[in-house]
Order: sequence, then C-alpha cells, then structure tokens
Amino acid sequence: MVWKNQDTCAIVGVGATDYYRRGQSWPRTINDMAGEAILNACADAGIDVKQIDGFAYYSTAGAGYLDKFDTASLMETLGIPHVGFSATLTSGGGGCPGAIGLATAGLMNEDCTYTVTLMALQQLPQHRLGVVFGASAPNPENSFLQPSGLVGPGHLMSVLARRHMHLYGTQPEAFREVVQATRANTHNRPKAVRRNSLSNEEYNGSPMLADPLRRLDFCLETDGAVAVITTTMDRARDCRHKPAVVHGVTHGGQREWGRAFAWMGMPDPHFASSGHQYVADRLWEQTGLSAGDMDVALIYDHFSCMVLMQLEDYGFCAKGEGSDYVLSGKLRYDATTRGGTHGGVPVNTHGGNLNEAYIIGMTHIVEGVEQVRGTAINQVKDAEFALVTGGPASLPVSGMVLRRD
Amino acid sequence: MAYGPARALPGDQIAITTNPDTEPFWDAAKAHRLTACQCADCGHFRMPPSPYCPQCQSRNKGWPTLPGTGTVFSYAICNKNPKTGEDYVYVPVVVDLDGAPGARLNANVSGCEAEDVHIGMKVTVDWTAITDGWVLPNFRKV
Ligand SMILES: [Zn+2]
Repeated sequence: MVWKNQDTCAIVGVGATDYYRRGQSWPRTINDMAGEAILNACADAGIDVKQIDGFAYYSTAGAGYLDKFDTASLMETLGIPHVGFSATLTSGGGGCPGAIGLATAGLMNEDCTYTVTLMALQQLPQHRLGVVFGASAPNPENSFLQPSGLVGPGHLMSVLARRHMHLYGTQPEAFREVVQATRANTHNRPKAVRRNSLSNEEYNGSPMLADPLRRLDFCLETDGAVAVITTTMDRARDCRHKPAVVHGVTHGGQREWGRAFAWMGMPDPHFASSGHQYVADRLWEQTGLSAGDMDVALIYDHFSCMVLMQLEDYGFCAKGEGSDYVLSGKLRYDATTRGGTHGGVPVNTHGGNLNEAYIIGMTHIVEGVEQVRGTAINQVKDAEFALVTGGPASLPVSGMVLRRD
Repeated sequence: MAYGPARALPGDQIAITTNPDTEPFWDAAKAHRLTACQCADCGHFRMPPSPYCPQCQSRNKGWPTLPGTGTVFSYAICNKNPKTGEDYVYVPVVVDLDGAPGARLNANVSGCEAEDVHIGMKVTVDWTAITDGWVLPNFRKV
C-alpha cells in the first residue's frame, strides 16, 4: 500500500564540518560542531537559522555515544526563536534515515516547517565506543554478554559474520571486496579520511581484530558533525537546490532480531542477517519499488559484513548469495559510464563509514541527497532513486528512498 | 591461522550485576547448577531471564536443572585481553543449551586450539569463579 506521505516532504539542506580523525576535533566542542553543521545546512537550503522550528533526532538524541543533544541548548546558542517539534527515535545508529521519517511526521502534523536532523561525534579518550561496552560492570542484561569478552561492536558483528560463512559459504574475500570497492570511491574526495586505493596485500596485512573480521573491516572513527534540513514539498521548491524528495521511509524491525548482537538469541535465518528484512519489505511495499529500481545504494557500513547482509535483506540478491553478488563486482562505481558494473547498483559512492568518514550514518543521507540533486562527486548518471539505510543494530533500524524531483 | 590454545578470560577481571529476574540463574551457577529461565505455564525457554514469557505473557518462572551440555552456534576468535590489551587468545561462543530449546549463553570455550573451534562443536559447562563470589558458566570442548 502506497505511503500516504509519499513525496510530501524533501531534504533541502545538507551541512557538515570537516571530518577529523578520532579525538582530533578538540578544542572544538560538540555543540560548536553541531552548530556549524546546522548553519551550513541552512545556507545550503537558503533559509535563515531562525526559520528552524523542528528537531528530529535518532540514536535517542545521542551526540556520539555518551553526550546527548539538547534542543533547548541548541536554540539558546543558535538563536532559534521557537520550536514546535522535538523528538527522537530510540536505540542507536540504526535509526539514521528513519529520523527523516520522524521529521516528516512532525511536518505533516504541522508542528513545524523546517526540521533539523543532526549527528555530531567527538571521541575524546574517555568516550571511545570500542571501550564503552566494556568499561564498567555490565547491567543485568549485559551480564549475559560482556563476560564472554565480546566487548566492542566489531567483536559482536564477527559472530554474525561467522554464522553467515557457515550457512552460506560466504568468503572472507567478499568482506575485502566491500572495503576495496567503496575505497575506490574516495580518491577524488578531498574530505575523505582514507583516499589511497586498497591493495589485497594491505587488506590481508590488516590485523585480525575478531576473526573473521580485520581492522579494515571496521569503520573509521571520526569526529565531526552533519546536519540535514527537511521541509514540506511546497516550501522545498523555494529552496536553493533541487529537493531530494522523501519517497519512502521506514523504521522498526521484528522481534526475532530485537536487541541483535547485544542478545545473540536470534533464530536462523535472522541471526546471520542485518535485521533489516522487516523495514526493507515495508519500504518496497510503501514505494512499489524494489532493489533493482535503485540507481545508487548508500548502505550503512560500520562493518563490511553488514553491507553484504543488508544487500540480501533489501533484495539486491537472494538470502545467502551476498558473497557471490559482492565478489562479482556489483558494488563498484564506474566513473567512465557513471554507473554500476556487472549489472549491479553502485554502493557507497561517497566511500561510506569505512573510508570517507563515520558520523553514524549521516554521510549516507548527504550522499543520497547529492545523488538525486545531480551534484555528487561520483555522480550516477540520471540518478532518480537513492536507497539510504541505517546501521544494523538493536531495533529500530531504518531505510529510506530519496527521489529526484 | 594458528592461534594456539583457547582460554577463558581471567575470572578476576569479570564482574556481573543481577536483578530479581536474573538472580536465580546466578544463584544456581554459584552452586554449579546450569539452569535457564523457563515459563512455568507454557514451558517456553528464554534467556536472558526477563519478566514476562514472550509466548504467553506469564510472569511465572521455573529454573530447571539442565544437563550442562550444548552446541556451538557461532563464535569469534579474539587475541587481546579486553581489559589489559595484552596478547590473550580467547574464543567467545554462542551456545545452544541442551534441554532448553531456544535458550543460548554467550561464554568462552577452552579445551582445544582456538582454530579448532567450529559451529556444531559439542561443549560442556566449565565453571569460572569471578568477582564478588559469583560463578560464570563457561564451556569446554567435550
Ligand atoms: Zn509462557
């Protein structure tokens, strides 16, 4: 059934700070960086920051992992006169594109007119994600996980990857190809953290942090901020750029995935998946589209294996065929034809969390917007539809289709 | 890749906390009795223990004694002690518990080389003393 709010809202502004390697953004503060991203997004949209009157967050309004955004503080420092909508999706990075659905809810309810979605990340030594899980005595639920030494998200993800390899014969070279194929898209991106092409030797020499995953299968750790502005379609047409139309967006998930790798109780086939099946099915039902209709796919890549499993969950290939799909070169972007290769849909034309920057998914939204505007650095020719997904993790996870106006 | 013997992480580095829903599991572990949370009305198992049975929404719990054996469902191989950063080979395993369909435990496995751990491997419980007098169920290759 077609979504009632299809094509009623659009992303009209995107803004970001520079991307810093972990810990190197100091002495800037989180709100300093958040403010710059918001102001840049307003300039991109051609609106005044005083016109912002809504905030739609994800990750429980988390700024990075331990800080929280506070709408009142942002209003205070940016001089935003009033706000009619301030809400967040729960859990973590899985809700990233889902936050645009939340913005749409506020806009369609006429609570607000220009809504900011935001993430800022600053990992000072005491804030590092990899140790957040393991730093303190676990809570009663996590006491059934943390003592096993599965202390970081990469450790947890490797257990899912292992099951996928067992069930489907997935090759470790497929994880490598995810990293290499997306690395190939950063050589011409001045802001990208990793721009060199990645040889087999360099990948194979990368330390095995949690077998089967190597350090280069783990995403970057970046400091910085990204903001995007969503508004109604009538307002969007008065903005500076061509609107990136919100054609479909879903968040949520099913109980079989649940807390996912914070639980490990998922039955097959959900265990060796990205947990996106439910939101993917809803997204295609909402839009009447399917994976093959996408011109570009911005797939949340905190870990290489999760790109492969999302491609399965969204139907770019059948369940269990992700390894073959990836290894046949179908993720690659061909700059000559400005399209895919081997009949595939180009994945993470911006380099993704693995290579460009990791701002908990926001860079994928930015790339989706630029692709359907027609202004992306690695532009897919005549891109009409862009898929954007949010990090496989505890529910909710989310997905979005942006459409060219 | 050759890693060498899989060892459980040192118990003196491990802490847990409990709540009224989970404490019977840990009390049983102290007595070296492996249990899992079972619905006292419909018999459905759930782990970790939680207030309600997801099948029938009952709050009545049972804590049957399990055989203490299980099967490796999946695993990772890690090579750094997470607390100290020192070289230390350990293998976190997700174990399907015999006698408690659908219930799993996350633990370490020992009794074999790390590279010999495999999905489907049979294991039996191996108790590790941890801080504050608690005892953690780990596993050993059968
Ligand atoms: Zn029951």
